[in-house]
Amino acid sequence: MHRRGVGAGAIAKKKLAEAKYKERGTVLAEDQLAQMSKQLDMFKTNLEEFASKHKQEIRKNPEFRVQFQDMCATIGVDPLASGKGFWSEMLGVGDFYYELGVQIIEVCLALKHRNGGLITLEELHQQVLKGRGKFAQDVSQDDLIRAIKKLKALGTGFGIIPVSGTYLIQSVPAELNMDHTVVLQLAEKNGYVTVSDIKASLRWETERARQVLEHLLKEGLAWLDLQAPGEAHYWLPGLFTDLYSQEITAEEAREALP
Amino acid sequence: MIESKKHRPAASYTPLAGDVPTTKIKFDAGTLLLSTHRLIWRDQRNHECCMAIPLSQIVFIEEQAAGIGKSAKIVVHLHPAPPNKELGPLQSSKNSYIKLSFKEHGQIEFYRRLSEEMTQRRWENMPVSQSFQTNRGPQPGRIRAVGIVGIERKLEEKRKETDKNISEAFEDLSKLMVKAKEMVELSKSIANKIKDKQGDITEDETIRFKSYLLSMGIANPVTRETYGSGTQYHMQLAKQLAGILQAPLEERGGIMSLTEVYCLVNRARGMELLSPEDLVNACKMLEALKLPLRLRVFDSGVMVIELQSHKEEEMVASALETVSEKGSLTSEEFAKLVGMSVLLAKERLLLAEKMGHLCRDDSVEGLRFYPNLFMTQS
Repeated sequence: MHRRGVGAGAIAKKKLAEAKYKERGTVLAEDQLAQMSKQLDMFKTNLEEFASKHKQEIRKNPEFRVQFQDMCATIGVDPLASGKGFWSEMLGVGDFYYELGVQIIEVCLALKHRNGGLITLEELHQQVLKGRGKFAQDVSQDDLIRAIKKLKALGTGFGIIPVSGTYLIQSVPAELNMDHTVVLQLAEKNGYVTVSDIKASLRWETERARQVLEHLLKEGLAWLDLQAPGEAHYWLPGLFTDLYSQEITAEEAREALP
Repeated sequence: MIESKKHRPAASYTPLAGDVPTTKIKFDAGTLLLSTHRLIWRDQRNHECCMAIPLSQIVFIEEQAAGIGKSAKIVVHLHPAPPNKELGPLQSSKNSYIKLSFKEHGQIEFYRRLSEEMTQRRWENMPVSQSFQTNRGPQPGRIRAVGIVGIERKLEEKRKETDKNISEAFEDLSKLMVKAKEMVELSKSIANKIKDKQGDITEDETIRFKSYLLSMGIANPVTRETYGSGTQYHMQLAKQLAGILQAPLEERGGIMSLTEVYCLVNRARGMELLSPEDLVNACKMLEALKLPLRLRVFDSGVMVIELQSHKEEEMVASALETVSEKGSLTSEEFAKLVGMSVLLAKERLLLAEKMGHLCRDDSVEGLRFYPNLFMTQS
């Protein structure tokens, strides 16, 4: 039986074919790859120089970090894509954000039983700062948002929901559509919402309002208060700190929260 | 309208170098609050002790970065006190500023907010019923203390110096970005060539190209089935992970969520951390490299790492037993019984439901699972 594709003859033929291909089209690509390799080395040197002069600036100055990130985004570069990237290795931006990611996950996990996996950016910020301790570098809210955006790759259901002037951070894979988001935004003012509130502000029918509220209850994001005066109140623990900081002093808030 | 920020700075009076030293009075361990009209400090321990300064009294604020043994500070320079001012914590002070010391962070955000309030000057538009001193801002012909002029000049110089440093950094950054942009363009052109001549490029060259993209942080425009967007680096990483995760997985019943893995691995590394994408790309290669772990994505989008020897479908059978024993269980109850995270407990119950072993009762009281009697009792 004559077998094809094996034996010295076949190997030689394959090499010839490869050589021919190389001659034709891929010579161009090979050239460019070599060029890229050279330019990469040069860029690495430039980056090292930049790092030696300005690495501190990035570490200490949140506004500079924002500018840096924006510029990278404009030209199509993600400095946080990999810990093995030049940016991360030489400027140290990577470790800063990846560690922040770990701290964010831990805070969200710790508070999940209380707020169902929904937390304001402000509370998250405070808790993260507390956890980092006195001597660690300060972080801004912008830093947190960037770290969270990266965490989405882990498939954990991290989400960022805009509400008046700030953001809610979702850390559990709960399905939240536009309706749910809008109700959350409505609830942000007082920390709770009622069916009447929804009907008045959003002009929805009762059934639509009820469905949204039931979903939030099921996902553990809302608590039902049947003893409230008038009608049932749906409270959102994730929004509580905002409420407290508006009407109660810091000291009392600290004592009130578990 | 009060807007409080729960930070804990202290206020202390300390002299600048060259100034006449004054008695140092310490107010520490307090809470600083910012409203549209005032800066308020309240002693944490003695609630009777509370001080306020109207924002209109503030000339200028500046930041002092933290250092070794020094906490970050905000220096608040003030107008001279109006003659009818009530008594404050000091009889008098040679200094025309106060320093707010942030022992436990918050300085950056607080500075930002205070700057905003100083810019917006909302106290000028809002009438306030309480009677505290309001300074209507600099009035023409007002006598300014000589000290203030000197300070302002010093601050202006310092600001220019800082600006110069920042602008030099920005200039260098811009130049760097121009070079980076050239790299991006070059990589696009190469990627197009590869796309056009799909199959003629050697495996080796593709791998080289991908590692260049990785170094620069450029998204891979060409997808190859064999390795996804993985590179040599990710292959090595995958092998490392297989080694690191074997024991933790066995401890946790053979399965862990990717979030848990991310935290575990990065906490262990301490530095040169993995990005989330690094982790995902490495895990995508586990199966192809025939390593004893694999990546699995549930319908909900939750991603987990399992031991190859772990058979989630078999765990479902034991889950069914557990649920049957108790009549019914929620994810939380099941998680507690079995000693799993709620996230993974829920996935197991959902899988059991998908396989037809469990039924759900979805109410406002939560999601509860029952043995599927429709199947077993026909």
